[in-house]
Amino acid sequence: MIRDITLGQYFPGDSVIHRLDPRVKIIATLMFIIELFIVDNFIGFAIAAICLGLVIAVSKVPLSFILRGLKPILIILMFTFALNIFMVDGRILWQWGFLKITAEGLRLAVFMAIRLVLLLMGSSMLTLCTRPLSLTDGIERLLAPLKKIGVPAHEIAMMMTIALRFIPTLLEETDKIMKAQQARGADFETGNLIQKAKALIPILVPLFVSAFRIAQDLAMAMEARCYRGGDNRTRMHEMKLKGRDYVAVLLLIVFLAVIIIETRLF
Amino acid sequence: MDNIISIQNLTFEYLRDEDQMNIKAIDNVSLEIERGSFTAVIGKNGSGKSTLAKNLNGLLIPTEGVIYVDGFDTRDDNHIWDVRQTAGMVFQNPDNQLVSAIVEDDVAFGPENLGIEPDEIRRRVDKALEDVNMGQFRKKAPHLLSGGQKQRIAIAGVVAMKPKCIIFDEPTAMLDPKGRSEIMSIIDELHEEGITVILITHFMEEAVRAQRVIIMNEGHVLMDGTPQEVYANEEVLKAANLEMPLMFEVGAKLRQQGIDVPSHIITEEEMVEFICQYK
Ligand SMILES: Nc1ncnc2c1ncn2[C@@H]1O[C@H](COP(=O)(O)OP(=O)(O)O)[C@@H](O)[C@H]1O
Ligand SMILES: [Mg+2]
Repeated sequence: MIRDITLGQYFPGDSVIHRLDPRVKIIATLMFIIELFIVDNFIGFAIAAICLGLVIAVSKVPLSFILRGLKPILIILMFTFALNIFMVDGRILWQWGFLKITAEGLRLAVFMAIRLVLLLMGSSMLTLCTRPLSLTDGIERLLAPLKKIGVPAHEIAMMMTIALRFIPTLLEETDKIMKAQQARGADFETGNLIQKAKALIPILVPLFVSAFRIAQDLAMAMEARCYRGGDNRTRMHEMKLKGRDYVAVLLLIVFLAVIIIETRLF
Repeated sequence: MDNIISIQNLTFEYLRDEDQMNIKAIDNVSLEIERGSFTAVIGKNGSGKSTLAKNLNGLLIPTEGVIYVDGFDTRDDNHIWDVRQTAGMVFQNPDNQLVSAIVEDDVAFGPENLGIEPDEIRRRVDKALEDVNMGQFRKKAPHLLSGGQKQRIAIAGVVAMKPKCIIFDEPTAMLDPKGRSEIMSIIDELHEEGITVILITHFMEEAVRAQRVIIMNEGHVLMDGTPQEVYANEEVLKAANLEMPLMFEVGAKLRQQGIDVPSHIITEEEMVEFICQYK
């Protein structure tokens, strides 16, 4: 089940988007998200959607793959839509008992839905086209200037790196423990919610024990390999902005400018 | 004689709560490890082998006594990183010592910590992966590899730091026979390249490959000598709760049958060779 979620997954490829510097991609994604909240008319959303469409086309990630990632949040989407459409006061279009749909509410609901869909598609493009480890590297380097005000940039990135490494190991471990408990007659399928939750305890306890064991071993192994935090540490993969990165930044600026001018005009 | 490691009257105690006695895991041990040598340390569980290993690269600091690693005192905070770079360490569990989700990034972890230039790290990582025959797996995720392959990556990660000495703490204990023999042949190759090897193991057949075997028991060195000397001493082996290597026993049986097997034969290859040439 956990494996079905495409949100946050990496889609291997060799497109320009894949090869862009992760820092550029992170900033572009942030800008795209901010811009989605500035826009308040259809033309603006259309421009954003077209740009996102172009990026998706260039990246060669199948659209169906991206849309599949939206499935788990469909319920949230419908919920916010309903909330918006019924809860906003204004010019009434339709009424039935206490339920009413207003023109303002409809507009807001549609905009919010478009916003959420574009936001999720945009941010999943970041993870789909960037190797997880480049992403952590990018985050570390973007946060580096904030070290002066006490943001533990290196530690955050190291934690994410280790999480990426050990999530599959812990999943395997969970699987092993579940099978072992099932072999002893444990039942995870039937019963009400409380019974099911109770059945999880014999999994969680050994899982915690094994996670602590891993943490201890790993800390020792890292120390033995001369790990002493982020200071004076070099990296094998250097991050240097290339021609394509400057072009991307330029396009990003043009995109932002267009959106800002557009919202002012309409 | 040129010694890379010098252990002088080492005692190590694990501290416990006030009302309990401390555990004396190592009790007044003195040893010299010759540069470029291959030493095996054997002993039953809890005899202090891992504690000794962790003392050799400053993961643990002696309660009493001194350890010099290539001239550096392990108690000296200023040289702790020199100590750890000189004496690399490979641990038992192949899963719990890899840091990164990509093989080559993991091998780069040690050199990155040493602050080496990116180009040089790249060269070292490629070379180290070739040394352990894992070049084609450079971009793979460790959790997709077998135990033996993971352990080879762990070795590459240490080799890339260019240590003079590598301490292996039961590196094959969690592997299948195939993984075990791969790791052992890599250890042999590293030794041939001039790296000092200290191999902690509980497999007699592995200890046989060493030039020197040290038997530990309850924090003491019970015996220290060539494999032939050590294995000839049945009483000591019994005292340490260890079994004789299979070929040694085979040799003894053959001798009882009147076949004159020389006592230095302890490995399978030597035995096969001897039997093939026996007239
Ligand atoms: N972290 C620890 N804390 C307390 N006691 C320990 C610890 N690690 C090992 N010991 C004890 O030290 C002794 C030697 O252990 P160890 O060096 O791991 O032996 P070996 O590696 O030969 O099995 C054992 O009695 C063990 O219980
Ligand atoms: Mg041990």
